[in-house]
Amino acid sequence: MTGIVSTPIAANESAQITGLSLTVEGVDLRFGGIHALRNVSFKAKAGEVTAVIGPNGAGKTSVFNTISGFYRPNAGTVHLGDEDITKVPVHARAKRGLARTFQNIALFHGLSVLENIKLGGHHTMHAGVFSALVYSKSMQEKELALREEVERRVIDFLELDHIRHQSVDVLPYGLQKRVELARALAMRPRVLMLDEPVAGMNREETEDMARFILDVQEEWGVTVLLVEHDMGMVMDISSHVVVLNFGQVIATGTPAEVRSHPQVIEAYLGAEEAH
Amino acid sequence: MIEFAEYSLLGLLSGGVMALIALSFVLIYKGTGVVNFAVGEVMMLGAYLYYAAAVTFELPPVVAFLISIGVISILAMIVERTVLRPLSGQPAVAVMMATIGMSSIMHGTIETIWGGDTYQPPGLLPRTPVFLGEVLIPGAVLGNFAIAAILIGGFLAFFRYSKTGIALRATASDPVTAATLGININFATRLTWMLAGSVGTVAGVLIASSAGLAPSLSGAALGVFAAIILGGMDSVLGAIVASLILGWVESISAGYLGGKSRDVIPYVVVLLILVVRPYGIFGTRTIERL
Amino acid sequence: MRTGVFYENFQNEEQLWNSPVKRLWMLAFICALLTLPFWGTQYILAMACIVGIHVIATFGLNLTTGNAGLISLSHGAFLGVGCYTVAYLGKLGVPFYVTIPIAGFLTAMLGVIVGLPSLKVKGIYLAIATLAAHFILSFVFREWTPVTGGVQGTTIPRANLFGYQLMGDKDNFYLIYFLAIVLGIAARNLGRTYIGRAFVAVRDRDISAEILGVNLLKTKLLAFATGAFYAGVAGGVLGYFYGAIVPDYFSLTLSIFYLAAVIVGGLGSVLGSIFGALFMTFVPEALRLLSNASSHWFPNAAGLVLPMGQVVFGLLIIIFLVFEPHGLTANWRRVKRYFHLWPFKT
Repeated sequence: MTGIVSTPIAANESAQITGLSLTVEGVDLRFGGIHALRNVSFKAKAGEVTAVIGPNGAGKTSVFNTISGFYRPNAGTVHLGDEDITKVPVHARAKRGLARTFQNIALFHGLSVLENIKLGGHHTMHAGVFSALVYSKSMQEKELALREEVERRVIDFLELDHIRHQSVDVLPYGLQKRVELARALAMRPRVLMLDEPVAGMNREETEDMARFILDVQEEWGVTVLLVEHDMGMVMDISSHVVVLNFGQVIATGTPAEVRSHPQVIEAYLGAEEAH
Repeated sequence: MIEFAEYSLLGLLSGGVMALIALSFVLIYKGTGVVNFAVGEVMMLGAYLYYAAAVTFELPPVVAFLISIGVISILAMIVERTVLRPLSGQPAVAVMMATIGMSSIMHGTIETIWGGDTYQPPGLLPRTPVFLGEVLIPGAVLGNFAIAAILIGGFLAFFRYSKTGIALRATASDPVTAATLGININFATRLTWMLAGSVGTVAGVLIASSAGLAPSLSGAALGVFAAIILGGMDSVLGAIVASLILGWVESISAGYLGGKSRDVIPYVVVLLILVVRPYGIFGTRTIERL
Repeated sequence: MRTGVFYENFQNEEQLWNSPVKRLWMLAFICALLTLPFWGTQYILAMACIVGIHVIATFGLNLTTGNAGLISLSHGAFLGVGCYTVAYLGKLGVPFYVTIPIAGFLTAMLGVIVGLPSLKVKGIYLAIATLAAHFILSFVFREWTPVTGGVQGTTIPRANLFGYQLMGDKDNFYLIYFLAIVLGIAARNLGRTYIGRAFVAVRDRDISAEILGVNLLKTKLLAFATGAFYAGVAGGVLGYFYGAIVPDYFSLTLSIFYLAAVIVGGLGSVLGSIFGALFMTFVPEALRLLSNASSHWFPNAAGLVLPMGQVVFGLLIIIFLVFEPHGLTANWRRVKRYFHLWPFKT
């Protein structure tokens, strides 16, 4: 895949490394009779781009959902930096710096682009319902501060200013995905989980998205954990790859190492480079 | 002790008829995923139509019965076509509100046409009381239960063993796949509504024959919501078992705590269940796909 | 024809009435409203009071059901709670500016209790829970005679402002509309803060909302409590306006009435609440006039008003759900757009 602006690098010294590491250890997950994840362990290093790949049904989304907190693993732990977050409720993970996008777009249809993105900053707002009802000075200041931050850091960055007041359901698919990324960025994430960020996109949209992801990682020092089927993109932007199959980790390493790993080739049965 | 046995038995028997109403609800929910708030009003409308046919037009009771079932079936079809089909893309909340609207329309129409007085439709069954040991059971109650039991047994068998029954279950569980297998899903949906309407009518006629026909009849169905929640909204067996249990609870509380408690006990039960075990005894816990 | 409004900073854009034209219209509206007792007939004044009460209640239900998507069939009963609170405290001599807030908060607390099942369930289960709550409250209204006067109902002493008794429609009009304006602005304020956005998020995709840090239970309970607060206040002023009520007034039909108002007006919009309440108030009125006019041919038409009202409420709900799911607000916006763009078509 050509056209990417820069090769992936570990967060350089000029960007503040705000990213945390994400460690999954010995995670085991069962649903009734289905053994979704078996002893899954890997680490996404702080400030780097790590990709999780595998055939359909390998358990990639289950891993994400476990990290998000929707599934409690039957065994194993999830660590964000040094903190064990395995038992932390879902909504409390946002303020610890965990952000995520979804495979199927999960934007709020009743809200505009700007309002959707502002919701990313929800966990930073603490004012109370009375302040909200009377729109007190302090509420006003907080809302304006949020607006400023969202506009300068995210909307400008992802080039969404021309559609900020549009309702999200009239946007084309590619823009919706970008808005979802914007919303995740508004969370001030330290670990950003992207579930198939370029699914269904054409070449141009994929390149744009890849550029944005790399920019995020470089400028903000965020740790990026990526699930993706587009092998070209994965190989180009990630520094570390984890391969899942049937709920188990079958290989980890750099893209080059993983690409030539015999078990990985077998798992994909000849479909190594999708593009 | 005799009192307890009498209350218990009465409760179970009336619970059996309630089970028919619950069945009407579950049929629609299982068959089409629609939450039918108007289940009480459908039942009531069926009963009123029976009354109209039997008394106003002086037809023999059995004929009147069949006519009322027929009319309700047609109405069910019309509703499915005009209200539910256009709303099929919308969130479940919208459809639920539509059935709330429907219940209001039906209730109002019934009161407009027939007024608020109580009528006595002719019974289909003998009214002689029956003695079970030392316990006195009004004949109508026993008869109602018997009919309800037969119908419910019939439905359980229908869904289990008959080709149409299985087709209905398939449509409910996955309409697209069912369609590709050659099942006419529109017909299946319509049939589900017709069956549900018919069952409700039977329940309405049975209850009205013994308790009298008045607009407050739909209130009886509200207790059914408690049964549905207790049993699990998508379980036929659950609806039946829960109705029996609730019928028993209502009867016991009416007997020992006074008749007024009947108004409030089902709802207290509902709230308790929702907090403790929301999916009911037999309901399937839905797992949302993330 | 407006060519456009341009803002120089975010603060100006975020204001509620963020253009000179809007501010002018709002001012005109407020003036017309405040002088209504002087230019309106007795009938219009009385109707305006009733509309005001319904508007306050609809604001509340729109927050719970329109914004947060939590169907509440107990709204009618919540009004009853507010009304009986005001009646009870009023008889003890508590002034209205204390009883009304208390009515609001008490109902809000009840709203939290009713909303607790939403911890584990949603959608239909929640609706049934609110239905159950409604019937339990109705039971309490009918049976708790020492406090509520039982089936006979109770009277409410007139509101008292430092010795000046608020008697008659004019006084009550100002009380009702003062509250309506304050609470309406509060509702709009809520909408432009993180709490209002969280409500809509919970309605649209609660899983996403959780990931973003929204505490689902707290938010849902807040939605219930706020809606109930408005209902309590509405019930309170209803009491002061009518002077006497019976428990039958707070029926399931009333809850359905407000649900219809929310749907007809437009889910989730404050303007929609106003349209919906206005529209819904005139439905029974229109029916009443119709039945009076046709009593010539249908002598018992008067008795039909109530059940026919039920039919019409139901029909309105269904018609709007099928044909105009965004309610009258969508129509209003279309009309406004036409005028803004005129003489252009798009």
